[in-house]
Amino acid sequence: MTVLTALLRPGRARTLAAFALAAALLLLAPAVLSPFRLDLLAKFLCLAMVAVGIGLAWGRGGLLTLGQGVYFGLGAYLMAMHLKLADAGPGGVPDFMLLYGTGQVPGWWEPLRSPVSAILLVLLVPAALAALLGWAVFTRRVRGAYFAILSQALAAAFAILLIGQQQTTGGTNGLNGFRAFFGYDLADPVNKQMLYLIAAGVLLVMVAVVRWLTVSRFGELLVAVRDQEDRVRFLGYDPALVKVVAYVVAAVMAAVGGALFVPIAGIISPADVGVVPSIGFLIGVAIGGRATLLGPVLGSIAVSWAQTSISEQFPSGWIYFQGALFILVIAFLPGGLASVAGKLRRRRAAAPPGEAAPGDAAPDAGPGPELVPERSPA
Amino acid sequence: MSDTPATAQPPETEIDLAAAEALLGTDTSRFRHDYLEVRGLRVEFDGFVAVRDVDLTVTQGDLRFLIGPNGAGKTTLIDAVTGLVRATGSVAFGRTELLGRSTHRIARAGVGRTFQTASVFEELTVLQNLDIAAGARRRPLTLLRRRRGTPEAVEHALETVGLTALRDVPAGVLAHGQKQWLEIGMLLVQDAHLLLLDEPVAGMTHAEREETGQLLRRIGSQRVVVVVEHDMEFLRSFADSVTVMHQGRVLAEGTVNEVQNDPAVVEVYLGAPAGPATTEGDLP
Ligand SMILES: Nc1ncnc2c1ncn2[C@@H]1O[C@H](COP(=O)(O)OP(=O)(O)O)[C@@H](O)[C@H]1O
Ligand SMILES: [Mg+2]
Repeated sequence: MTVLTALLRPGRARTLAAFALAAALLLLAPAVLSPFRLDLLAKFLCLAMVAVGIGLAWGRGGLLTLGQGVYFGLGAYLMAMHLKLADAGPGGVPDFMLLYGTGQVPGWWEPLRSPVSAILLVLLVPAALAALLGWAVFTRRVRGAYFAILSQALAAAFAILLIGQQQTTGGTNGLNGFRAFFGYDLADPVNKQMLYLIAAGVLLVMVAVVRWLTVSRFGELLVAVRDQEDRVRFLGYDPALVKVVAYVVAAVMAAVGGALFVPIAGIISPADVGVVPSIGFLIGVAIGGRATLLGPVLGSIAVSWAQTSISEQFPSGWIYFQGALFILVIAFLPGGLASVAGKLRRRRAAAPPGEAAPGDAAPDAGPGPELVPERSPA
Repeated sequence: MSDTPATAQPPETEIDLAAAEALLGTDTSRFRHDYLEVRGLRVEFDGFVAVRDVDLTVTQGDLRFLIGPNGAGKTTLIDAVTGLVRATGSVAFGRTELLGRSTHRIARAGVGRTFQTASVFEELTVLQNLDIAAGARRRPLTLLRRRRGTPEAVEHALETVGLTALRDVPAGVLAHGQKQWLEIGMLLVQDAHLLLLDEPVAGMTHAEREETGQLLRRIGSQRVVVVVEHDMEFLRSFADSVTVMHQGRVLAEGTVNEVQNDPAVVEVYLGAPAGPATTEGDLP
């Protein structure tokens, strides 16, 4: 197949256009948004990174991960620990440890002092944990609701663990009051804008990575594992391995989101990593459309935005709203909002019989991520 | 290449035996030693013994049919051979002991199977289904690349099972018989040397059965093939030999004629006497 025809395939052209539009909007935002709004958007983008990973693991691989807060939190806390150490005064001891702790830095904090090893640890610790956990769980064929419950229990345990460690992780308060990010003053609006651009760039890269994985042979295999795990096994593959890869990729994306969240939000606490935020991540993905490329990003940003607005009006109303939203989407729109466009198009194509162009009636005939789950058999 | 056949009425599909040659190879000497040897096989479900004392030997070139009333243990036997259920005894394919191995390792040892209800990856296209079936031996990193073009074996399989024109259609929209053919195609590209087919022609039209039978016979000449099937007419046309199971045991074994005249078999199949009168075969 020539390059030209490959580019002209409807799926690919549409994906490229959507990607370009998203990139343009993200780059335009600093020009039109106030610094406060831009900061908020940057925070939403970090949360959206978690959603991109969930889109792969859940949307493609069927892994209902209700505990991504763990990986988000690991990335965030590792980064926060590095920032606290870098901010520390002459003794090299972070301020809160002088206040609440022994005034001594625990040995396991030390590897985070160097910027290079801090970045490596942000990537490697969540990856290793996800690989270990994934391997243990998936080879034992734990799946579906059992996997969801297990992952959620993990998030709960992680938050409880953090709360209990007042002297070394800041307990309920978490870690906050960061002054600089790798030497750049966080009070300077220019640096804040730079952080926004980094977050936007990283998010776009993640979306591109997921797109690439989805159209690769691995992506096809992942869908096969999701729909017919046993059949895949009888073809000579180990489905556990396929799932572990998807799970680890999702974990690393969540961790990177957490690591960037810390300098942007200026705080990380157990409330950002426990059960409620973990479910929140999933809801954004469900609303946006878990099996689509940009659905998780859009859904996640929309939910974050709604949460901020609603919490301003009704401080405790959000959690009920979140629950109601989730039920509505699952019950009436299992493909998420992203599936609405496709549904409308098909309805329109079906209305005047014989008039629809073949390309419209079967918009996703080619392989790729646009396979529509609710396609009705011909 | 066109993108349109998804909604159009499916074109006529036909088995192409010539294309199967390219997949099966013609060098019979390479596979001469393939055989399945089951000894003292026993499968128990919570105290209920579904398969007991089963001995079974099937060699390449002997298209073996496995029959028996519902609940006789035929599917369970296949499950045991492919590692889906725990079993005791011994199952050897050539010199490889299969019992105790995990399912995907058994598959890699060259054992392939189909299921009683056609099970294909419905959301993936026909081509993607076959490509995945062909890919278990690929190196892991090559999985990260996009598929470019169609692997040769997949191309041959598409022709063999007559799905070339439907290659870009999601497997979920295929007609029932086409799904079953796709499954056979997947076994071929998987390069399975022991094929266990659980009711592969159930629900097919007469013409489709005929074509499938020809293909299975062709495959059977170069692979070890075991077919579970109820249809007596199909059995008479294509079986080289028959094993009859009843209540988890092997009741009889031999040629179609021998088995049909076996008093024990006749007794089990009461009401379905041997002879040309029996055309349709859903036996009790
Ligand atoms: N997973 C299982 N658990 C319990 N009993 C089973 C299971 N699978 C099969 N059986 C029982 O084993 C017997 C043999 O079943 P099966 O092998 O499916 O028969 P066949 O394929 O010959 O119709 C039946 O009585 C069935 O109920
Ligand atoms: Mg059966």
